[in-house]
Order: sequence, then structure tokens, then C-alpha cells
Amino acid sequence: MSGRAGSAESFAFTADNLKAAKAVVAKYPEGRQQSAVMPLLDLAQRQLGWTSPAVIEYVADFLDLPAIRVWEVVSFYTMYYREPVGRYRLHVCTTTPCWLRGSDDVVRVCKEKTGLDFGETDEKGLFTLLEVECLGACVNAPILQVNDDYYEDLDADRTAALLDALAEGRQPSHGTLAERLNSAPEGGKTTLLEADARC
Amino acid sequence: MPKLPDDGLEVEFPPGSTGLQAIEAAGREVPRFCYHERLSIAGNCRMCLVEIRPGPPKPAASCAMPAGDNMEVLTSSPMTQKARKGVMEFLLINHPLDCPICDQGGECDLQDQALFYGADTSRFEENKRAVPDKDMGPLIKTTMTRCIHCTRCIRFAEEVAGVPSIGAVGRSEHMEITTLERAVESELSGNVIDLCPVGALTSKPYAFNARPWELRKTEGIDVFDALGANIRIDSRGPEVLRILPRLNEEVNEEWLGDKSRFAHDGLRRQRLDRPYVRRNGRLHPASWSEAFEAIRKRMEGRAGTAIGAIAGDQADAESMQALKDLVQALGSPHLDCRQDGAAAIPGQRSSYLFNSTVQGIEEADALLLIGCNPRWESPVLNARIRKRWLAGGLQVGLIGEAHELGYRYDHLGTGGQTLRGAAAGRNRFCAVLKGAARPMLIVGAGALARPDGAAVLAATQRIAELNGLISESWNGFNVLNRAASRVGGLDLGFVPGEGGADTGGMLSGAVDTLFLLGADEIDLSGLGDVFVIYQGHHGDAGAARADVILPGAAYTEKPGTWVNLEGRVQRSERATFPPGDAREDWAVLRALSDVLGRPLAYDSLPALRARMGRTNPVFDTRDEIVAAAWGGAAPAGRIDDATFASPVANYYMTDPISRASETMAVCTETFLAAEARNG
Repeated sequence: MSGRAGSAESFAFTADNLKAAKAVVAKYPEGRQQSAVMPLLDLAQRQLGWTSPAVIEYVADFLDLPAIRVWEVVSFYTMYYREPVGRYRLHVCTTTPCWLRGSDDVVRVCKEKTGLDFGETDEKGLFTLLEVECLGACVNAPILQVNDDYYEDLDADRTAALLDALAEGRQPSHGTLAERLNSAPEGGKTTLLEADARC
Repeated sequence: MPKLPDDGLEVEFPPGSTGLQAIEAAGREVPRFCYHERLSIAGNCRMCLVEIRPGPPKPAASCAMPAGDNMEVLTSSPMTQKARKGVMEFLLINHPLDCPICDQGGECDLQDQALFYGADTSRFEENKRAVPDKDMGPLIKTTMTRCIHCTRCIRFAEEVAGVPSIGAVGRSEHMEITTLERAVESELSGNVIDLCPVGALTSKPYAFNARPWELRKTEGIDVFDALGANIRIDSRGPEVLRILPRLNEEVNEEWLGDKSRFAHDGLRRQRLDRPYVRRNGRLHPASWSEAFEAIRKRMEGRAGTAIGAIAGDQADAESMQALKDLVQALGSPHLDCRQDGAAAIPGQRSSYLFNSTVQGIEEADALLLIGCNPRWESPVLNARIRKRWLAGGLQVGLIGEAHELGYRYDHLGTGGQTLRGAAAGRNRFCAVLKGAARPMLIVGAGALARPDGAAVLAATQRIAELNGLISESWNGFNVLNRAASRVGGLDLGFVPGEGGADTGGMLSGAVDTLFLLGADEIDLSGLGDVFVIYQGHHGDAGAARADVILPGAAYTEKPGTWVNLEGRVQRSERATFPPGDAREDWAVLRALSDVLGRPLAYDSLPALRARMGRTNPVFDTRDEIVAAAWGGAAPAGRIDDATFASPVANYYMTDPISRASETMAVCTETFLAAEARNG
């Protein structure tokens, strides 16, 4: 795996993260500490930016697990990055509902704007483009997840504007970019018009 | 009680059985890949699906389903057959059709079960996936595209070997079995080759050597450690091509250590295939009669009492009996079968046996290890301890060097003072032993081979007596011998007679003629002008010093008897013939006895074996344990404070065969030399 090159040779939690990690481990009963493997990996990834082999060794030691068991967990989930990633991770959902609602446009704009293909990171370390399966927000499809935030109801223009803003260092407020509240119908209610506001 | 309505059978089964076990108890076969009797249940291959009534209208995986009363199991109903066909079709989707170039061909579970339970064609028209091969070290060859993800290797490494280094990474179609780019650092790693139901993990040294139907299969006994694992020797023509474990629940279950499995390539190298005689300081090839004549000349006019004999660690009981009879006929009491000089009380069998028996380990609830590293001295026995430890409720204490053993233990101390304290009842582990229902201790051959070995033996015997290890129904005193010949030699009385010298004495001038029967683990540098006769199969340390070399047979080349560390008398058959002029060892000694004018009283193997039975009735038994009476502690000397160090510095090279083996040399480099270099 190319990510092994240039990885941090060693890894250790910062003081704050160490405290947080101990709090996570304390949630599990005696002898079941290894259940904390996923939150600890998340903490470590947020500290380092990605899950390097050193992170895996460190977490394995921390929980007294064989490294291969931690590696199994890391490789099972797509959100543990096994290679260094950019500042903004663009997760484009291309599963059927998003695709029906125009995720092809989102993908096209992302690729054009960043010059990246899926799985690649630009040289400045700004963007990483990733294709993901259903993000579970089909009602506001198509979705682009940037780091931890969902940007919803995208089309080509909105995607371009979002990427420009990110490139300039601004992060627009997340959620739907269409004229509606959360996932309520665009342009106001269309059903249950007689019902009073209580409902 | 489950019923098998297909046959109208009702099955009796022990409580806690699974459906699969109950069906097997009825004598019906259930196809499976992931299920294995000795591993935890995974239930992920789905090949053992059967129809169950009453139950949901879908087949159930019988390996993971508890057997229940009045459960009806249909093992050949249309639903079951269709389910198996479907599973097989899925398994074959990504399995390459490369049986003609696959080493598993002919002994492949997937091949066999596809034939009996699969469909005739596949409907899959897309591309198959390909998986990069993994590096699992010098013993295991991988072709991961063939893997069907049964996870047996993962479970074996984690559960039996105690080395969790194999895992499954990725998910769904991208799942792969891997090892983090490291060799599997276990002395039992070769067993994953047997466990793999397909050709994903095969033997690297055996790669592309033979097909199973070309091989002659001979039942043998392993001699690389004292456990006496039951093996099957697969040979073609004059060559041993591979060695596999044979099932023996009481000894090795179905496991085999890597040295026992892979060191056989040493049988092809460095062999003594003709007699040699030293003339003018150099060894010259000779005929049998020339070699015998050289010995006769040497013995002529000398007192027979000045000859001594040392038996090596792999000697069979037959040749030891013949050599003992010959040396005694010459009038000499100088005999020893203990190259390392380990303390034992000949005649008191319990002082040198593994009295609890190997299977008895599974009943133990407290275990004290003294001066041994069972992982290297007998890896399969160590796996049995680990199995017991995993089952829960076994407390282990260790006196001696700390080693990674595969189970947790209380490290009580490293040296003689700890043992002295324990013998006087001043050790925290004494209370554990006293409180246990079936306590046992294992003392290593290395600890008994120290200069103060007799005192160590006495101290360990006293620990056994004081802490309730000895009772009517239980003997918790165990010696972990390392040499396959040791117990047999002691049973035959191959020890110094009255006024006789032991190994140390013979090496420092007690004799002027020394007969080495495959003895290579001793320091021969101080022998001076002693006349050395070496009988053995490899050109190793003993042959290099010898004045006359008599070529003998290795363990696969003669029918032989070995007594394992429990005192179990086991027979091995001949798989191949010894190379060149080499002959079976007892026959060589019989011929030599004629030349020396002291003919032995037997001309055939049965007659020799009858003689062994008269020496010690235990040789009339076979494959069973004769419990040894407790003899009590011997008088003690003082135990030195020195650390109990393991006598095995390198598991992969301990004897002439493994030292000549290329595979073992590569293992040494991979597992030990590289580690030592990297610190």
C-alpha cells in the first residue's frame, strides 16, 4: 500500500486524546477493552489525519490486541483512511437514489474542479475525492459529504460553488443547499394542508 | 434425540452436540469447509446446510446449530441438495479452474465435494477475481486466488498455535487472508497446510513434487522430539517427499511441529552411504569387511572392559538393545544413552517419564514448569497445554528463563534458589499446587542435565510429594525429555553398569574405544587418541571424529521401536531403504558381533524384539501406557543458583538430520537470524 511510504514512523496520543481514549476504554467492562478499538482508531485518525501503520500498532498495543486484528477492522471500514488524505475529503454518494437525482453531475464537477479521480489526493493536500455507497440521506439526494458534514440537494452549479468556497478556505454552512428546511418539501407543504400547525 | 428420516435413524448424541456432530454420529457424511473438530465454529462456508423440521422453511448450517430432541434432519432432501449445489456454485465463482497445476489436486476437499455435491456447470460468466499472493514464510506457499475464506488458518493460528498473525482484511469481495507481510512465527505453522481445504496454502518445500496417488504411505513415528508424534511418511522410490501427521488423540491429536514435518529433506544430504576407515589421519571409503576388520584389529588383545558406548538422541530401541548386548558381551559396563548427562534414576521409571500423560494435561488444573521451554522442546505438547489453558481454570507457574509460550504464567523466578525455596514449601505457587485437584509439574531435560541435575531431580520430586501431586489415581510428576531415544534407552537399561562410566566419564578418558550410535551432540574434542567407532546416518560431529564409520539407517529407513516421553512404546515402519551400502542398525551390530567373536543371540527382528521384552516387559506392550509406580525422592545434593536456561538454542536445528536440512536452514535464517540481527 503506497500510504505506508511517508507515514509517520511513530504515533502516540496527545495528552488530551490520551485522556479521551482512557475515558472510552473505561466504558467497557474489565477484559472487554478491545471493544474500544473503533473509537480509538477514530481519535487517532483525527489526530494524525489518517490511519497509518504506526496508528494501528499503537492502538493494538493500547488495547493489548494483535496488530492483525486492528488491521482487519481498519480495512473493513471505508472511513478509516489507509493513505494520507487532503484537508477536505469529498465523499460523493453514487448509489441509486443519488444517481437518479444527478450524482453524475456532482462527480463530473468534482473531477473537473479538482482534477482528481476517485481515490486520489491533490498535490497541495487540499482535496481527496472518494466514491462512497449510500450515505443514508436519500431524501435530499444527491449528497456530497465533506469531512464530517453533509451538503445536500446538489447540482452542478451548487457543487462548483461549494468547491470554490472550500478552495478559498471558506466552509459554507452544511445541510441542504436548496430552498427548503431540512428535508421538508421545496416551496412549502404539499400535503396535510388542512392540518393545524400542531402536527 | 435428532432423527434422520432419510434413513429412519434415531441418533444418540452427547449433550451440547451440534447438528453436524449428531449427523456424523449416525454415520452420515456432511460436506463442510470451515468446520473443524479442533477449532472454534465459524459457520461461514455454508456447505453443511441441511433441512430441519420443525423449523423455518430454509436450510440451516448444521455445524452451528445445536442438536435438539425430536429434531428431524434431512441430509439428502431436495432442499438440502439444492442448498449444497447453490453454495458450491457460489464458492466456485471466484475459485480458479487450475486444478491441473495445483498441488492440492487429488487431495482437495473442494475438488471432492464439488464432484459429489456440486452442479455440473457454472452460470457465472463474469470475470473471476484475482488476489495477490501473500508471504507466509519459507514453509507455506500461498496462492490466494484459490482461497474460499473458510478462516481455518486464522482460527488455527489464534487458537491452537497462539500466534494471532493471520487475519482477514477487507470486506465482501475484497476480503483477503493475510499476515501483515510477515512469516507465521509459530513452530506449528505447517499445520495450516493440512487444514486448508483448498490449494491456497500448500507446502513450499513440497511444491510441484508429486501427486498424492504416486506416493507410498508408511506409518511412522517422529524422532525430532520425545513426544513421538505419529506420522505418515510419503515416499516415492528412494526419496521421502513429505511427512504428515497421523491422528492419535492420545499423543499429537492431528498436529505436527514444523521441524518434524519439514526437516526430512536433510535425509538426502550429508549421508553416510558406505563404511569409512581412517588411515594416516584421513577417512577412506572402505567395504563392510574392511571396516569390521579394522574394529576387530583394534579390539584384538585389548580388554573388552575398555570399550564404551553412547547412544544418540534418535536411536531406535532395537539398535540400543543390540549395542548393549554386544558391549556387555565384551565385558564392559560403560554404557550411556544420555548424551546430555541428564539425571534420571534408571529402574525407577517414574523418575524419567511424563507420568501424567499428554492427554492427562487436559485434566490438570495447576501446572509448574521448571527449566523448560515446551514451545521449543515439544511444540505439539505445548499446544496441548495451551488448549487446556484456553479451556480455563489452569494456573501456570514457571521457574527458569521466561519464554513466550502461548499462555499466561506466573514467573516465579529464574534460578536455583527459587527451586530450593519451592522444594522447602516457601513459594507462592506451592499453595496453588496444594489447592488443585490435579496438579502437575514439568521439569525440562535441560534442568536435569546441569551438573547439579540429581539435586534438581530430587527437589522436583520433593515438590511433587509435598504438594499432593502424587496420589492413587494421579501422578503429576513429569519430565519433558527432548531425545526420542531417551525413555527407550533408560527402559532398556542402556546406562552405566556397576563401575561403569557415564557419558562425561567416557569422554574424559574412562575408555580407550568409544562406540557412538548416532551420538553427535557431545563434545568430542577432549578424546585424545581414543578409537572412535561411529555408527549413524549423517556426516556430522561424530563422523568427523570417527576412526571407523559404519553407515546406518535414519528413522524413516528402518522398522524401529521408540518409546515416547510418556513411556508409550510405538513402532515405526520402513518407508525407504537406506542409501548405498548403509544398513539397518541392529543388523550392522549383529554382523559386527560375529566378527568380534561374540555373536548376538538373535538373527531376526522378531527375535530381537522378544529379547527387548525380556529386558523390560514394557516392550511387549504397544501404543499404550503402563503406569509407573512412584519411587520417591532420591538423596539430594545442593542446587546451584544458576539460571535454568533452555537447552534448545535453535528449534529448527537440533540433530544431524535437521542440521543437514536446507528447509531448516532457511527457517533458522528467517525466524532466528533475522530477529537476532534486528535486535
